[in-house]
Amino acid sequence: MKDDILRFEDLTVDFTVGGTTHRAVDNVSFAVRPGEVLAVVGESGSGKSVTSLAALGLLPSNATVGGRISFGGEDVLSMSRAELTTLRGRRIAMIFQDPVGALDPVFTIGSQLIEMIRAHQPALSRGQARERAIELLRMVEIPEPESRLKYYPHQLSGGQCQRVMIAVAVACDPELLIADEPTTALDVTVQQEVLDVLLAMRSEISGAIMIITHDMGVVADVADRVVVMRKGSVVETADVHELFDRPTQPYTQALLDAVPRGGLRDDKPSGPTEGTPALSVEDLVVEYRGRRGKTVLAVDHVNLALNPGEITGLVGESGSGKSTIGKSVLGLAPITSGEVRVDGRALTTASSSVVRRTRSRIGVVFQNPAGSLNPRATIGQSIGEPLAVHRGVRGGELRGRVEELLDSVELPRGWAGRYPHELSGGQRQRVSIARAISLDPGLLIADEPTSALDVSVQATVLELLRSLQDRLHFACLFISHDLAVVDQVCDRVAVMSHGKLVEQGTREAVLRAPQDPYTIRLLAAAPVPDPREQAHRRSLRLVG
Amino acid sequence: MTDQVLVQPIEEDTLAGRGVWATVRRRVLFWVPLTVLAVLLLLALFPGWVGGWFGNPDPRACDISASARPSSHGHPFGQDLQGCDVYANVVHGARASLAVGLMCTLVALVIAVGVGTIAGYVGGWADSVLARLTDVFLGFPFLLGAIVVLNSLGKRSVLSVALVLALFSWPALARMVRTTVRATRDAEYVQAAKAMGFPTTRILSHYVLPNSIGPVLAVATLTVGGVIVAESTLTFLGLGLRAPSISWGLQLATAQSRFQQAPHTLIYPGIFLAATVLSLITLGDVLRDAVNPKGRS
Repeated sequence: MKDDILRFEDLTVDFTVGGTTHRAVDNVSFAVRPGEVLAVVGESGSGKSVTSLAALGLLPSNATVGGRISFGGEDVLSMSRAELTTLRGRRIAMIFQDPVGALDPVFTIGSQLIEMIRAHQPALSRGQARERAIELLRMVEIPEPESRLKYYPHQLSGGQCQRVMIAVAVACDPELLIADEPTTALDVTVQQEVLDVLLAMRSEISGAIMIITHDMGVVADVADRVVVMRKGSVVETADVHELFDRPTQPYTQALLDAVPRGGLRDDKPSGPTEGTPALSVEDLVVEYRGRRGKTVLAVDHVNLALNPGEITGLVGESGSGKSTIGKSVLGLAPITSGEVRVDGRALTTASSSVVRRTRSRIGVVFQNPAGSLNPRATIGQSIGEPLAVHRGVRGGELRGRVEELLDSVELPRGWAGRYPHELSGGQRQRVSIARAISLDPGLLIADEPTSALDVSVQATVLELLRSLQDRLHFACLFISHDLAVVDQVCDRVAVMSHGKLVEQGTREAVLRAPQDPYTIRLLAAAPVPDPREQAHRRSLRLVG
Repeated sequence: MTDQVLVQPIEEDTLAGRGVWATVRRRVLFWVPLTVLAVLLLLALFPGWVGGWFGNPDPRACDISASARPSSHGHPFGQDLQGCDVYANVVHGARASLAVGLMCTLVALVIAVGVGTIAGYVGGWADSVLARLTDVFLGFPFLLGAIVVLNSLGKRSVLSVALVLALFSWPALARMVRTTVRATRDAEYVQAAKAMGFPTTRILSHYVLPNSIGPVLAVATLTVGGVIVAESTLTFLGLGLRAPSISWGLQLATAQSRFQQAPHTLIYPGIFLAATVLSLITLGDVLRDAVNPKGRS
C-alpha cells in the first residue's frame, strides 16, 4: 500500500564478526500502517530488535544491510547522517527496554524533557517548553508533574521512568513510535499501567506504534496486527484475532502452546501430611542495613511451611522479599529474628557442621544460568562438585554419576567437557538443575529458574523440573514473579507483597478464588494470550 | 516445540584438544618468549660458560686503556668506561637482575593475594584495617623508605634488596586483588557455591581466585620489569647492590651519564632488560588467555 508509514522490503542484515558473516535478518518484508499498533513477536535471536534498529539507521558498523526500508515514501538506507538525525526523534521515536538506563542519571527529568522539546521545536520559549513538559507528564499519568520535573531518574520507580521515556518519545509528535520490549523489566502490575499509558498515546500522536516483544500476553493486550519472527525471517503476519484463533504456521502454534497457562495439571491430592515439614520458616524477619544506618525490612514476620514432595510457589513482585526468603534458607541473607528449619533442624542455632550437612541436602537453581556456573569449570566438573565435596565421590564413580545426571536432564553425556559459555541459556539451566539434584536433595530452592529464558525453552525446563520432582519427590520452593508459571508447576502457592505474606494455600484456592486484594490485582494484571479477554479486562479497567 | 537441546548437532568433544597445554602449544607467541626466557635462564645459571664464548670470560678483567671502546674483536658488545667487557658483564648480570625481579615479584604477589583476598572476600572491618595498612605503605615515599630500611639492614645482598623492593610493591597489587576479588565475590556462581555449602577454602581456590587473578597476573608481569629498573635506581643512589656485584641495573646506572660518548654501554644491557620484560608480559598474556576457557580456540 502507498500510505504505509514504514515498509521493509526484502530486508537482510548481515553481521561480520571476525571474518565470518552471520545473517541476523533474512528477507524480511512487512509494513506498519497508519494509526495501528503492530506487534513484532519472537524469541531471542529472531532478529526483531535488529529489524527495528535498521529502520533508525542505528546498526553497528559491522552490519551490512540489503533490501529496502522506506519511511513515508523515503528510502532510509540512502539517507545521509543529517537526514537520519532528523528522522530519529522527530519522526520516529524509540522506547527502550531498560527505562532507568535510557535516562541520563545526572540531569533532572524536567531538563531532559525540555531539552527534547526544544531540540525539535526551537520556536518554543523555555516557559512554553516547560508548560508542554508538564502537560506531557500529566498525559503519562505522573502524579504532581510540576514538582516531578525537578526529580532525577534514580528518584523515580522503574515504571515511572518508563512513563517519562514515553513522554520524551511523544514530545515531538512522531509519526512512528517504536517500543522495544518496553515492559520486560517491569512488574506485571506496573506493566499493565505502562501499557495503558502507551495505548492512550495512540490517540495523542497521529502516527502508529510498533511494539517489539517476546510476550504473547502483551501482544494479545495491545496489538492490532502481529508479525511473528523466527531466526531472522518472518513466519507469519496476521490480524491479532486471526493469529490467536487460527494460527496458520506450526511455529506460531508452538509459540502459543508454550505460553504457560494454568489449569493444565491434575490436582495432586495433597492431604494433611504428617511428620516434619521439609522446610518451615517461622516468624522470619530479615533486615538489611542500608546506607546511613537506615534499615530496610525485606522480610516481615513470615511463616511458611513446605511439606515433603510438594512444590510451593512463592509469588511476588520485585522487592517483595520472595528471593530474600530463599536466600535466608541458604544462609545468604542475615536472619534478624525468627527461625528456619530444614527437616526439623533449626539452622540459626545449630553448629556449623550440622548446618553444612543440612545445607548439602538443599539443591539450588538460580535465575541467571549464565552467572550461576563457574566459568572456569567444565559442566562435568560443576555437576560433580557437590558429590566430590560432600560425599567424597572420586574418579570413575564420579564420572558415572555425572553421566547419569546429564542423562536425567536430557543433555548428551559427551558434553561433560564443555564450558558454560559454549551452551545456550536453557542448556545451562539444565546443568544447574543437574547440579542441584546431584545429592538427591530433600529440598530444592528454585529462584526464578526460567525468567531469563525464552518461552519455548522455559516450557521444556519447567517440564523437566516437574518430571524430576515426580521421580525424586523433593520438596521445592519455587520463587517466581510469573503467576502462569507458578500455576503450571506448583501444588501450593504463597503470595508476598512488601515483605509480608498476604495469602497462602493450595493452588486452586489462591489462583482461582483469591481472597487478598493484592492477589486479585496481581491475577488481573497478568496478561493472558487471548485478545478478547484482554480487551474485556481493559474495558472493565477504564470503566472502573 | 522441539527441544532446543536436540536441535544442535552433537559433536563428540575430545578433551585432549581443549586443555591449556593443547591451546598454548599451537601458539607462536607462547614459544618465542619461552625461548628468550630459557636463554636468559641459561645465562643466569651458567654465566661462566656462556660468557667465555668470545674469549673474555671475566667481567672484572678490565683494561682501563680501552675505556668505552665500541665493539671490537673479542668484545662483541664493546667495553665500558672501566674498559671491562660489556658482554661478560651483561651475561654475569643476568643472575642478579632476574633474581631480584622474580623474587621480589613473587614475594609481593604472595603477600598481595593473601591480603587482598582477605580484604576483598571477608570485607567489613578486615577490609578497613587492611585498606588502611596498604594506604600507609602507599603513602610512604618509596626512596625514603628504601634508604631507611637498607641502611639499617647494613648487609646488601640480592635477597635483601629483593625483599625491600617487595615491601614497597605489594600494596598496589593488593589493592588490585581486593578490587577483583570483591567483584567476583558477589558473582552468582560464588553465591551458588556458598549455597551448596562448600568450604570457604574451596570457594576461594576454585571459584574466587581463578576468576579474579587474571588482571593481577598481567600487572605482576609488568612489575618484574619495574623492579629490575627500581633496583638500578637504588644502585645508582648507592643503596642497592654494590660493586663488585654485577647487575643490569648497575650497568645501566653507570652508563647513563656517558650515554652520548659510549651508547653501547647502555644499549646492550637495555636490550636484555627489554627482552626479559617483553617476554614475561607476552607469556603472561598468552597464559592468561589459555587459562580462561573463553579464550581457548
